[in-house]
Amino acid sequence: MNNIAVIDYGMGNLRSVAKALEYVAQGKARVQVTSDAREVLQADRVVFPGQGAARDCMRALIESGLDLAVREAVELKPFLGICMGMQVLVESSAENNGTECLNIFPGKVSNFADVLNSPDDEVHYKIPHMGWNEVTQTRDHPLWGGIAQNSRFYFVHSYYLEPEGPDLLVGETEYGIRFTSAIARDNVFAIQCHPEKSAAAGLRLLENFTRWNGEA
Amino acid sequence: MDYLQRGQYLYAQNIELKYGIAMPLAVRIIPCLDVDNGRVVKGVKFVDIRDAGDPVEIAKRYDAEGADEITFLDITASSDDRETIVHVVEDVASQVFIPLTVGGGIRTVDDIRRMLNAGADKVGINTAAVFNPEFVKEASEKVGSQCIVVSIDAKKVSAEGEPHRWEIFTHGGRKPTGLDAIDWARKMEAYGAGEILLTSMDRDGTKIGFDLQLTRAINDAVTVPVIASGGVGTLDHLVEGVTKGRADAVLAASIFHFGEYTIHEAKEYMAKHGIEMRL
Repeated sequence: MNNIAVIDYGMGNLRSVAKALEYVAQGKARVQVTSDAREVLQADRVVFPGQGAARDCMRALIESGLDLAVREAVELKPFLGICMGMQVLVESSAENNGTECLNIFPGKVSNFADVLNSPDDEVHYKIPHMGWNEVTQTRDHPLWGGIAQNSRFYFVHSYYLEPEGPDLLVGETEYGIRFTSAIARDNVFAIQCHPEKSAAAGLRLLENFTRWNGEA
Repeated sequence: MDYLQRGQYLYAQNIELKYGIAMPLAVRIIPCLDVDNGRVVKGVKFVDIRDAGDPVEIAKRYDAEGADEITFLDITASSDDRETIVHVVEDVASQVFIPLTVGGGIRTVDDIRRMLNAGADKVGINTAAVFNPEFVKEASEKVGSQCIVVSIDAKKVSAEGEPHRWEIFTHGGRKPTGLDAIDWARKMEAYGAGEILLTSMDRDGTKIGFDLQLTRAINDAVTVPVIASGGVGTLDHLVEGVTKGRADAVLAASIFHFGEYTIHEAKEYMAKHGIEMRL
């Protein structure tokens, strides 16, 4: 049986992610929302959804000891980071006046408010970036399988990822600037938007993940 | 339409869009369903739906038509029956994978958590914010601004010829609060509202279109997204809400419920008028 662990570090709404995974797995996978590091390590694949602020997320991860499980899973098995679960994979975030993150990938998280809407701009961007925006697939990846180029996904975020160098980039989105909306390396894929709330395109991505062998 | 065509169209029609032409973020269409004791009321009339009162069936239909989100307004009067909306959200969230917002009767952080755990993505806070603004602050700190939609019910109180002024009303538009709508919107943003659902109580149910001046004024006053609501009777009203009112999203009930237009038709119409939509 294909066991999928959804990491629960005590924050936010994991039900949507678990429900969407169950829906696409159609009984062929066991979806387990868990805060138990052992269960995370025993699972065949791991989903790391995130919500809330970076500092709260990091604190909750460290207090629960799940940061170690995340690090382990990132090394070993198909791993999907969603939203804050993507942002905390890099070195640091500008959120909460600077938050140290897991430093698994080189890069940082920056604030839209620092780069959008300067007083001279005619264009006014709402923050958070909320709604359905296009994701441009910058290179092939098994998780993009069957998803049309520039499909729309649902986003809600005020901070965005800036990975160091182009190696990690697999998806880009435009909101005043072009920012990195998906990254991947080896067995890890992480995405800024919410596939669990992105109708057909999002469900397809999750379905691809449930079948992914972790090879890019 | 690609961006160039859109630009040409907007120029030709003299349409002013706040985003310019290179804004791929889509404007959202949000159908709103009133739910009383677990059943959709205000008569949704789809001829081919077996059970028009079933929130799951209707939500699935709207999802299939291309709704960008769905809002449930719980109008259950008895607090004993409030639990039913939780089950509704659970059922819908296991079958419909677009953002869900639940409003009505949200008064405590526990209420919010219950909804989020059931599968809602956002909650709408209305009266509770007016009587206790600190609640919005507490809620956004606990669950994050992205989950908090503050509903603003506003009514025009300025006389003809005076500068426009709108006031916040409660109890379905019956009770004035003395709060200026623009000041209130700014305050709610500062307190952590992630989005504002703006309803013109003058226009609600009239089908004569949004109060565009109100919509524009609130949009210009805050940086969070604003959903325009109240008064939609035609597809042109939806277009105006965006091009003139500058709303980020439009919410409507009856034009979709009674099958006058499908959501897909509305989206195609808006796209034809130069608005970026998810089609």
